[in-house]
Amino acid sequence: MADQLSRVFQALADPTRRDLVARLAADGDATVGALAAPYDVSLQAVSKHLKVLEEAGLVSRSRDAQRRPVHLEAEVFDLMTKWIERYRQQAEERYRRLDRLLLAESAAQQSEHPDTHTEGAAS
Amino acid sequence: MTTSTTPETSIEAVPDLPVITITREFDAPPAAVFRAHVDPDLFVQWVGPDSIDTAIEVWDARTGGAWRYTASRAAEGFSMGFWGSFHEIRTDERIVQTFSFEGAPDGVSLETMTFEALEGGRCRIVGTSVVETIEIRDQMLASGMETGVLEGYAKLDALLAG
Repeated sequence: MADQLSRVFQALADPTRRDLVARLAADGDATVGALAAPYDVSLQAVSKHLKVLEEAGLVSRSRDAQRRPVHLEAEVFDLMTKWIERYRQQAEERYRRLDRLLLAESAAQQSEHPDTHTEGAAS
Repeated sequence: MTTSTTPETSIEAVPDLPVITITREFDAPPAAVFRAHVDPDLFVQWVGPDSIDTAIEVWDARTGGAWRYTASRAAEGFSMGFWGSFHEIRTDERIVQTFSFEGAPDGVSLETMTFEALEGGRCRIVGTSVVETIEIRDQMLASGMETGVLEGYAKLDALLAG
């Protein structure tokens, strides 16, 4: 599992591969030739990048079709969204602990110095 | 406080930058929220879940100071050290610190947190973490999977295998 996860990370760590993914997300399935066109690198280099993305499960290529268009596996990005959501939830849990602490601190302060916080207290 | 107006934490991870931004509001003034970040006795009470014991070893919360603590879960024999420096402490306004942990000792995050006063004695904090590479950033995000790790990974396995 950890290997698979780091493969996804590794695949997305490269700017060309991120660009390929972004273009597939924006424009839909595309052939290797069409994907390689804007870059100043060989078709082989782009194929190599696509192989890394494929091994990470980020893209797939149909086996039978002549053109073998590259297809973005969108559910892997749902996973990224899930990681971010999980991270957010953990931060939220941490901050809810802080909420409770702040509430307790504020209550403690009021009982120590009631006249500075309580309306109508005897002075 | 059952009718808290505090909105939930929001996280932003810009795809092309090794940055995570976190925003949260509190029903308490900046001074109180700031103090909970720099007073070690308060900090240990909220930084980790109840199942984790946080032991502070170094804590010098002033500009140029340092910090270090160990988080452990005795029942599972789990223990992890976290450390960094306090680059700048500006009372009730801003904390700039570095953050590293034993799980990835070569990685360091530069963390800037601002405390902004809102109406009604409330406060908004905005924390920005900057790391060296997008890969490290993504690993930080994935570290959110650490709790509930088994069911999360099982689902991920199934998806990636599909």
